[in-house]
Amino acid sequence: MRSILSIAYKELSVYFSSPMAYVISGVFLALTGVFFSDSVDQPFADASVRGLMRSTVFFIMPLIPPIMTMRLLAEEQKLGTLELLLTAPVRDYEVVIGKFLASFLILSATVLLTFFYVLILMYYSAPDMGPVLSGYLGLLLYCTTTLSIGLLASSLTGNQIVSATVGFGVILLFTFIGNLAAVVGGSAAVVLQHISLTGHFDPFARGVVDTGHILYYLVMTAAFLFLTIRSVESRRWR
Amino acid sequence: MSSQIMIEANHLTKYYGDFPAITDVSFAAQKGEILGFLGPNAAGKTTTMRILTGYMPPSSGTASIAGYDVVSQSLEARRHVGYLPETVPLYTDMRVKDYLRFMGTIRGMQTKVIKRRIDEVVQLCHLEEYYVAYISKLSKGFRQRVGIAQAVFHEPDVLVLDEPTIGIDPIQVVETRQLIKGLGGERTILLSSHILPEVSMICQRVIIIHEGEIVAVDTPQSLAEHLEGTERVQLEITGPVSQVVRVLRGIPGVQDVSFTDTGDRHGTYAVISKRGSEMRANLAKAIVEQGWGLLRLEPLSLSLEEIFLRLTTTEEAK
Repeated sequence: MRSILSIAYKELSVYFSSPMAYVISGVFLALTGVFFSDSVDQPFADASVRGLMRSTVFFIMPLIPPIMTMRLLAEEQKLGTLELLLTAPVRDYEVVIGKFLASFLILSATVLLTFFYVLILMYYSAPDMGPVLSGYLGLLLYCTTTLSIGLLASSLTGNQIVSATVGFGVILLFTFIGNLAAVVGGSAAVVLQHISLTGHFDPFARGVVDTGHILYYLVMTAAFLFLTIRSVESRRWR
Repeated sequence: MSSQIMIEANHLTKYYGDFPAITDVSFAAQKGEILGFLGPNAAGKTTTMRILTGYMPPSSGTASIAGYDVVSQSLEARRHVGYLPETVPLYTDMRVKDYLRFMGTIRGMQTKVIKRRIDEVVQLCHLEEYYVAYISKLSKGFRQRVGIAQAVFHEPDVLVLDEPTIGIDPIQVVETRQLIKGLGGERTILLSSHILPEVSMICQRVIIIHEGEIVAVDTPQSLAEHLEGTERVQLEITGPVSQVVRVLRGIPGVQDVSFTDTGDRHGTYAVISKRGSEMRANLAKAIVEQGWGLLRLEPLSLSLEEIFLRLTTTEEAK
């Protein structure tokens, strides 16, 4: 446990000692600001953050998480520091979880900063807090899954650009895979709808907290983290 | 000094795909010993070290550090090793002190101990002026020192140093060697190098590895005796080979005679004898007495480098 925390702490300090954390949070907030003002600046706008959250999921989540995770393991492989890290008395999974934790803390903190928009809504009207809170829960779960995909991509290569691109591609695929359902039809359509990242998010934004949807994100996250750990371990049998 | 075995390798073999990087490598190092690991590039030094430090398991064979198996008791074994890989991988976007602190915490050291050790290793590795600097700003030589500092940081029983003096300037090389020598005593050190004088300067025992196999294990002293205690003479003689070899072997002081067929009529003989025995006169006399023709007689100096080359050249006929 202590190893996980010290690895997370180290990654956090790297995020903050470089412009990375500030740039990522800044871009995130600037874009969500645009989405928010757009969603409330409509003739019949309602006092909710549903529009904001939907735009965040479709436009920001495929991009920001893989950029945040792209260096976490790829850089270690490139610099060769992974060799020192993995010859220290830490388990492979502690390395992966520690790095995941650091990226999640930064992204979730950024996401929670957007609560400022909810405060604006509360000043001018009375938004229904149920869907707001469940929406934030859904958004945080969404972060865990996209970050774990990004981390897997980072473990596969020593090249950060490749890592970010693969992560971006996979997340985007899972974002729009539900749209393919209409094309293929039949039982395949059901499967595609069920593995779609966005399909499970809508209920949260509407105020529905269903354990099935929570479980979906947790299982997806666990699966990608598991694959990441196996990928780090793969040096043993390569 | 106790005779506890701190590093043990038993028949280690490692394949990369179909290619054997090392084959049947076995050796052991006692507590406090500085063991040199000598071989040309791509001989299998790094592979062996990666197995010993628990980075990857061998394809077959076993290894242990301080009595802990590097595969089945990997974490315990890793706790007892400090490792400096050849490329000196460091987090360049961290400060020296933060880096050392991080390496301490992931090795499970207490905060108090980490504080004390930072002061100690900074002094030991002469990093006083740089310990708040970012690693990216340091020269190669200072990065090397940071690398050594992290390797000794948790006071490991065993140090594994992969080419610790490669790529740094000559003055720093001398300093680094002194530093490593100073680390011996309590610690067991395995140091790889492809520079022979370096190994004989620092190490008590030398393992020579070539193409993944151990070709010799000896003390630098006896390697040096090989070097200083013998002289080599090369001869070209007309006469029946077997008889010539027999006669040359019979001369007192001759240790070894080897014949190389050069393709022309005579071929050359190499005679190894004790240094200072003025063998050339005796050789010439014996050959002339037999009535053979002495076409060439040439003393050869045999440096340690040549022994190394001899030991690691596959063309060498035994």
